[in-house]
Amino acid sequence: MAEATGLRNLQVVDDWAADVEVFRGVPWGKAMMWIFLLSDTFIFTCFLTAYMTVRMTTSEPWPNPSEVFALEAFGVPVPLLLIAIMTFILITSSGTMAMAVNMGYRRRRGPAALLMVITALLGASFVGMQAFEWTKLIMDEGVRPWGNPMGAPQFGSTFFMITGFHGLHVSAGVVYLAVVAWRVWRGRYEKQGYDIVEITGLYWHFVDLVWVFIFAFFYLW
Amino acid sequence: MAADTGQQHPISVYFWIWTLLFVFSAASYTVDYIGFQGYMRWTLIIIFMMLKAGFIVAIFMHMRWERVALITAILVPPGALLVLVALMAMESDYTWATRILYFGEDPAPVPLPPPSH
Repeated sequence: MAEATGLRNLQVVDDWAADVEVFRGVPWGKAMMWIFLLSDTFIFTCFLTAYMTVRMTTSEPWPNPSEVFALEAFGVPVPLLLIAIMTFILITSSGTMAMAVNMGYRRRRGPAALLMVITALLGASFVGMQAFEWTKLIMDEGVRPWGNPMGAPQFGSTFFMITGFHGLHVSAGVVYLAVVAWRVWRGRYEKQGYDIVEITGLYWHFVDLVWVFIFAFFYLW
Repeated sequence: MAADTGQQHPISVYFWIWTLLFVFSAASYTVDYIGFQGYMRWTLIIIFMMLKAGFIVAIFMHMRWERVALITAILVPPGALLVLVALMAMESDYTWATRILYFGEDPAPVPLPPPSH
């Protein structure tokens, strides 16, 4: 036996060096979902970096998102009202998703499927509000990908690109959740176990995670 | 029946994180509502953003309970993205300066001196 000293004591070194599967005890579907999410992280960060670059280099004033995305409530303009509601909806859906994962592993497939459906409905309402936001921006504010009345034309191109790609992820997630919820409800995973709910959850939490960065960098900055 | 290898944690943990995410979101919204500007604004936004992102990844996505091999494989590569951000930020500086120099409008134009020949 080799002496168990130094680096050999580290579990991580052992895992990577053992010439067997690296992610021990991790279902392959979960490892693959994580790797997919890692690649998605690169895509979204490239978009956000592009946004940072055009915002830092434009010689025209950047439209104030606090005013552009203000909504009137009870006769007073409230900054970012819709965006705040959308943020809270997405966080709530992340919470119901976490509950669904928990219920899945307890083998209570009824509640698990129900919580996934609630998550999907919250996600669908998020996409609906985004459609409303886009419509207002295009019809009322005159924002186009190539220009807008408020200032730097890059505002429109980066906004539609980033929120559009995120909205696409939410929409795909709603379909994904609906399909898995249906299969959970039907009892398809009774034999193989409920890792699938956790894997679906990883994707959904990632969508929420991306929104955290978009909220901070695009709407609040 | 296959044994579940998955993550099982008390529901109270999720409720705590859920509440925290609400609080941090409300806090970052308040930053905008109050109208903090400059470094105060950017610092607060980044802090609340990192807290939210950290809790989502660590608790909701169960990263803190995973093996170190998986954690490193997923969390180390995005470091390359920080390098990209740093590089692009450095480039932006002179791109902006060049644009101001060649396309910008001079806010206080100084008349050229009369030709000296």
